[in-house]
Amino acid sequence: MDKEIKIIVIGGSAGSYNVIKKILLALPVGFPLPIVFCLHRLKEVRNGFVESLNINSKIIVREPDDKDLIKPGFAYLSPANYHLLVEPGRNFALSTEDNINYSRPSIDLTFDTAGYAFRQKMAGIILSGANSDGAKGLYSAFKNGAYTIVQDPDNASFKAMPMEALKLFKPHQTLSDDEIVSFINSLSSNNYV
Amino acid sequence: MEDISLKDIKRVIDTIYLTRGVDFSNYAFSSFKRRIKRFLEMNKIRDVNGFIEKIKDESEFADIFIKEVTVNVTEMFRDPSFWVVLRDKVIPSIKFDHSLKIWHAACSTGEEVYSMAILLKEAGLLNNAEITATDINKHVLKVATKGLYQIRNQEINSKNYEAFGGKGNLSDYYTLGDNTVQFDKQLVSNVDFLCHDLALDSSPGKFDLIICRNVLIYFNFDLQEKVLQTFVQSLSKDSYLGIGSKESINWCRSARAFEEVSFEEKIYRKTSDNL
Repeated sequence: MDKEIKIIVIGGSAGSYNVIKKILLALPVGFPLPIVFCLHRLKEVRNGFVESLNINSKIIVREPDDKDLIKPGFAYLSPANYHLLVEPGRNFALSTEDNINYSRPSIDLTFDTAGYAFRQKMAGIILSGANSDGAKGLYSAFKNGAYTIVQDPDNASFKAMPMEALKLFKPHQTLSDDEIVSFINSLSSNNYV
Repeated sequence: MEDISLKDIKRVIDTIYLTRGVDFSNYAFSSFKRRIKRFLEMNKIRDVNGFIEKIKDESEFADIFIKEVTVNVTEMFRDPSFWVVLRDKVIPSIKFDHSLKIWHAACSTGEEVYSMAILLKEAGLLNNAEITATDINKHVLKVATKGLYQIRNQEINSKNYEAFGGKGNLSDYYTLGDNTVQFDKQLVSNVDFLCHDLALDSSPGKFDLIICRNVLIYFNFDLQEKVLQTFVQSLSKDSYLGIGSKESINWCRSARAFEEVSFEEKIYRKTSDNL
């Protein structure tokens, strides 16, 4: 693996919330990388989700505005009813175009654009979910050189999303939720801000 | 399909500009690239060179591409809380002379124009309003002028209208067809629908309120700045600008002309002409 991972992108749907809480709980103050969560969520509920992720998280979780710079040490959550894209200038961009795989945000789009912008400096992780979103996007990031991890379907509350990814390609690792937390933590020692 | 190269994207942009006079060069990269790929996939086009030749030779085809590459997804009363703040705070504070002048910039298929007309009607202000609704694309303006929408979109529209706290039911404003609904044309009798390109054209007038929601997200920094300058020129002092809930003008120099009225709903008041 490239030791210079500069961004972690995580896609999750049904059953991923507890894994995400675990990740946020484990991250130390001053964690040196940006983490982007693209999570399926209710379209019409704008408030509450980011607040709940911030509870017990030592790093700040934000819903980015359009064109916000991606900064190390922050976690970002896809805002309700927008697609979350990563621009080659390494800032965010939002889009309101049609649902993809019945979803807005679409995990495919976030993985795909982040992979294009960050190439081998991205680590992409797909978690539990009850649909197929994310698999194609993670595969596209993989082809662009990203380091890819799929949550072990036997360890995921909903297997469909990790299974779809595993059907499409062989990721670098298939890990349990606890192993994913350790993996993310291990990235911090490889990076110096 | 394989990724489209930067060089090919640039060639598409150049060709459209030369043949149709529409400038996509300052559109936000990721979404624009995706829209091109989506168009090629939908039309099963594999050969980018042939595609570019076709844009050059067939103006009708080029116009369809322009329509498809821009994003025209919208709802009525999207983010109901935005419309509540407009109704309860913003519009009552506007001191207009003869008429309340509103510009819907990049109005797409017009859902927000109808939302505004309904809001104004319920506030007893529709007859005092002059609305200008513009878009780059004449096909979507045609839809907006007709007020004929797919029935399947009405569920979300009605839900939004209810959350907005409208006085009746959304269905009071339309008649049912087979798969469509026809909105009351009286709602838009004071609306001018005009073709206007935010990237190229100058201000279409002076306004008390500009609505331009989820449009700036498709533009890069340079074009956002240019469009915001156009808005500054198009607003009288103490008049308002409303943008999308996750859009930001903080990057722009011209943002200095504004103060924030609602952080949550991204509504701004123009306080000066000094940029």
